[in-house]
Amino acid sequence: MSRPVLSIRDLKVEFVTRRGVLRAIDGVSFDIARGEVLGVVGESGAGKSLTGSAVIGLIDPPGRIAGGEILLNGERIDDLPAAAMREIRGRRIGMVFQDPLTSLNPLYRVGDQITETILAHLDVSAAEARRRAIDLLKEVGIPAAERRIDGYPHEFPGGMRQRVVLALALCAEPDLVIADEPTTALDVSVQAQIIALLRRLCAERGTAVMLITHDMGVIAETADRVAVMYAGRVAEIGPVRAVVKDPLHPYAKGLMGSIPTLEGAADRLVQIPGSMPRLNAIPRGCAFRPRCGSAFARCHIERPEPLRVGEHDVACFLYAQGAPAEPAAAGPGTEARR
Amino acid sequence: MSTPATKGIVEPAPAAAAPKARWRWRDSDILASFLSSKVTVLSAIVSVLLIGGSLLAPLVAPTNPFDPATVDLMDSLMPPRWVEGGDPRFLLGTDNQGRDLYSAILYGMRVSLIIGLAGVAIAAVLGIGLGLFAGWVGGRVDAFVMRVADVQLTFPAILIALLIDGVVHGIVGNAQRENTAFAVLILSIGLSFWVQYARTVRGSTMVEKNKDYVQAARLIGIPAPLILLKHVLPNVIGPVLVILTINIALAVITEATLSFLGVGLPPTQPSLGTLIRIGNDFLFSGEWWIVAFPGLTLAAFVLAVNLVGDWLRDALNPKLR
Amino acid sequence: MTEFPLIEVTDLRRTFDVSKPWLERTLARESRQLLKAVDGVSFHIRKGETFALVGESGSGKSTVARMVVGLLEPSGGEVRIAGVPMTGGSHAAERRRLRRRIQMIFQDPFASLDPRWRVGDIIGEPIRAFGVAENRRDVTARAGELLRLVGLDPADAQKFPHEFSGGQRQRIAIARALAADSDFIVCDEPTSALDVSVQAQILNLMRDLQDRLGLTYLFISHNLAVVRHMATTIGVMYLGRLVEVAPARQLFAAPRHPYTRMLLDAVPDLAMSGRPRTPVQGEIPSPISPPSGCTFHPRCGLANDRCRAEAPAPIDGVACHAVAEGRVPELRASA
Ligand SMILES: Nc1ncnc2c1ncn2[C@@H]1O[C@H](COP(=O)(O)OP(=O)(O)OP(=O)(O)O)[C@@H](O)[C@H]1O
Ligand SMILES: Nc1ncnc2c1ncn2[C@@H]1O[C@H](COP(=O)(O)OP(=O)(O)OP(=O)(O)O)[C@@H](O)[C@H]1O
Ligand code: SF4
Ligand SMILES: [Mg+2]
Ligand SMILES: [Mg+2]
Repeated sequence: MSRPVLSIRDLKVEFVTRRGVLRAIDGVSFDIARGEVLGVVGESGAGKSLTGSAVIGLIDPPGRIAGGEILLNGERIDDLPAAAMREIRGRRIGMVFQDPLTSLNPLYRVGDQITETILAHLDVSAAEARRRAIDLLKEVGIPAAERRIDGYPHEFPGGMRQRVVLALALCAEPDLVIADEPTTALDVSVQAQIIALLRRLCAERGTAVMLITHDMGVIAETADRVAVMYAGRVAEIGPVRAVVKDPLHPYAKGLMGSIPTLEGAADRLVQIPGSMPRLNAIPRGCAFRPRCGSAFARCHIERPEPLRVGEHDVACFLYAQGAPAEPAAAGPGTEARR
Repeated sequence: MSTPATKGIVEPAPAAAAPKARWRWRDSDILASFLSSKVTVLSAIVSVLLIGGSLLAPLVAPTNPFDPATVDLMDSLMPPRWVEGGDPRFLLGTDNQGRDLYSAILYGMRVSLIIGLAGVAIAAVLGIGLGLFAGWVGGRVDAFVMRVADVQLTFPAILIALLIDGVVHGIVGNAQRENTAFAVLILSIGLSFWVQYARTVRGSTMVEKNKDYVQAARLIGIPAPLILLKHVLPNVIGPVLVILTINIALAVITEATLSFLGVGLPPTQPSLGTLIRIGNDFLFSGEWWIVAFPGLTLAAFVLAVNLVGDWLRDALNPKLR
Repeated sequence: MTEFPLIEVTDLRRTFDVSKPWLERTLARESRQLLKAVDGVSFHIRKGETFALVGESGSGKSTVARMVVGLLEPSGGEVRIAGVPMTGGSHAAERRRLRRRIQMIFQDPFASLDPRWRVGDIIGEPIRAFGVAENRRDVTARAGELLRLVGLDPADAQKFPHEFSGGQRQRIAIARALAADSDFIVCDEPTSALDVSVQAQILNLMRDLQDRLGLTYLFISHNLAVVRHMATTIGVMYLGRLVEVAPARQLFAAPRHPYTRMLLDAVPDLAMSGRPRTPVQGEIPSPISPPSGCTFHPRCGLANDRCRAEAPAPIDGVACHAVAEGRVPELRASA
């Protein structure tokens, strides 16, 4: 296998507060290969966006990268100076956020923003940049792109705006796109369109994508592999089909079981009791232990490291040597009230 | 970045939440931010000293300058104690009527503060009431109240005081001037300061009234005045407290200005402003202390309270923290 | 089953005046702009059932909900609860009595609880207001009982809302809705602000409570999978109109309206069953100037001239010319 586009090794992110140091990301590692879409899911506050921010070097001051490394095409980028990082953002890493308006400057014409980005990062003439911008807008499905390229962001409806952002993220032909909840603010019917578009464009260009979302459905449709995050750690990572259909980690099992689907009109949804611990109260040992129906002695003491189980990497002792019960029956499926 | 859901996770359970505390000012955060700013701590100390000293004036002042029996015209225009010709009885010297300036400042400050506080109280009650009402009802009522507020803003406090003064005197006659001066001052400050409260409260009320907790209260059938009082008011009062601190300083200045201009209190009931006015007449004849010490006190008080108010505004604004 | 439905909504309408202020409008010579947020919606809910409203953002779901609970005056049409009209001059006393039976759960559990009130007071407010209990001790006891019912601890009554997570707050909101012995609960996107795992807890709780207390729900959501899990009957809204009403099972097995089919196609295929899907077209138009005729026609693959000219009336639960004319192709037999 060739070198991954993005490689995160044992990343740690901390917030220094008056009450002490809060570790929000605690040893996250994964790779994304060329043309691959890695979905990142998990509870709110699990550290999905923070991981994305760390990659693009945009962690705001009380926070800092406290350990590990981030490699883009084999080069370290987590320790670059701000100016060099700015060059990488936009040129080699494109970004798509939940609210399209945060990525677009309301005062500039859409076309100018795209051509400017192209000119800043690629060695082409102004006319060529504009031509590329129009092509790109056509490609993301903006009707009458020649005319609309001179419109302002507010003149585009929500879904169209997100298409423009997608065009903006892709215009400098980056190696990696980080999409943080790109469809959460959109209508259900438009979500599917944007997701399909992202998938197609990145496949065509061989762009690697880190797709952060709450929505397991979006992941199932789009991602090649998926990382399930919990309390700042990766609980399970593996090919999307394997993780969605046959999750191994008790949290991933609970998560998958708790999603209502059109197909399975099950009477009761699987319910994970309790809620994710706050950053200052993450228990020793396995972070999921207090909510886990299969926890045993070892989970209280030692922190599980990722283990290879088939196609999955699972951070759970149930799959380690000497686990007590048969893993298949594990899971937080038990009825629990607080 | 901080979606509501993440917020719940960052904040550790405030187990130490004081059982009776109604205010959710994340107490410890505010206290820490307070202690970390030396200027604020100093300003707070100065404010407390000045306010405390003036409110306790009868206890801490060596003489009662309002009591003609204790005042001796022979002592008039004495310089401060450490200046040549100073009298050890009068720390900061005396004024043209022989009143001990140190005591006069304490008593004067008390008068100024009472007028300022009462004026600001009237302004706050009027402004908050109108703001709540306008923000809740909306539409034409709102437009009307806000236009009145706009017009009001174009009148300086002094003009209002002169107007009220004129009207009051037209009614009760000039003879009563001394008795009405207090009321006129308080009323003028009240009537010129309410706009800020009304605007702030109206804005927040319009935001709060659409929040679901207000809808839930409506659904339960709680009458609107009660909803305003029990739900909306506690949630819009934060910024008002900040305006309040800053306004008290402003009201003291306004009172001083009015008294300086002669619309305010008579010389027999000297406020800080009156003292400064009297002192002003003597400035060029060499008796600088009569204007200097009341002036400095006023400046120190206003500065200190403003600094505390500024800090409070930033401390209560989550975006600046 | 009772002979008449608990809730009956007939031809409900609501317009909002979204014009600029009068002076500005006159100067710019613009006419008044009216937004038809809800345009002739009729449905009924039987006791113990869950009626769900689905549709995209801006289709008028929340507006219907607010009119049903009485937070918003309808511009036309009628809401009847237990046969009693909730608007109009008569029945005032009965209406007051009925109001108590209707409560609402809101979308954002961070906005629906007064941040300055203790949980016990929040739940106690309806108990006092409706006179369920008067003295302090009874109110506290009842609040504790309700907290236990929704899976919290009676001791939580002493805490403030910000001390709870989103899911716990939604439980508190549910406890408040049940406090006055209400049996009809309008839920406006009760779980869309929550994580999926927390959503599962809340949906399970709502169904348990329905079974135990015989509650009736009007359940609003844009998530079809959630609706499928909760609803007995489903109404699909588009631009202020109900385009299809059908029993849940039937709606998912054999959707008839083209918009319903489109919505179903947009649902991501989590089971990766390879369900056949057609891509969705376009976006919901502005409700201020909705398209003529059937408002869905610009996005509909089956639209013809009649659709562009004439608004379809609901026939047998579906408002679509193509369905009425039998032009809709039979759907896959799956699902
Ligand atoms: N400035 C900060 N100070 C302290 N903690 C912070 C700060 N910013 C973020 N965090 C914490 O970092 C953790 C990770 O946050 P992040 O935004 O990455 O979560 P997320 O998985 O993206 O959640 P969501 O799904 O809600 O977007 C959270 O627990 C959050 O509370
Ligand atoms: N108070 C109001 N004034 C003006 N327009 C309004 C008002 N309330 C709602 N609307 C409009 O009515 C339409 C229907 O709104 P409604 O909130 O009922 O939609 P919804 O289906 O609940 O959408 P969502 O899924 O976003 O909650 C929207 O176009 C909205 O902009
Ligand atoms: S079994 Fe142990 S290691 Fe695995 S998730 Fe449960 S608590 Fe964690
Ligand atoms: Mg995030
Ligand atoms: Mg709504």
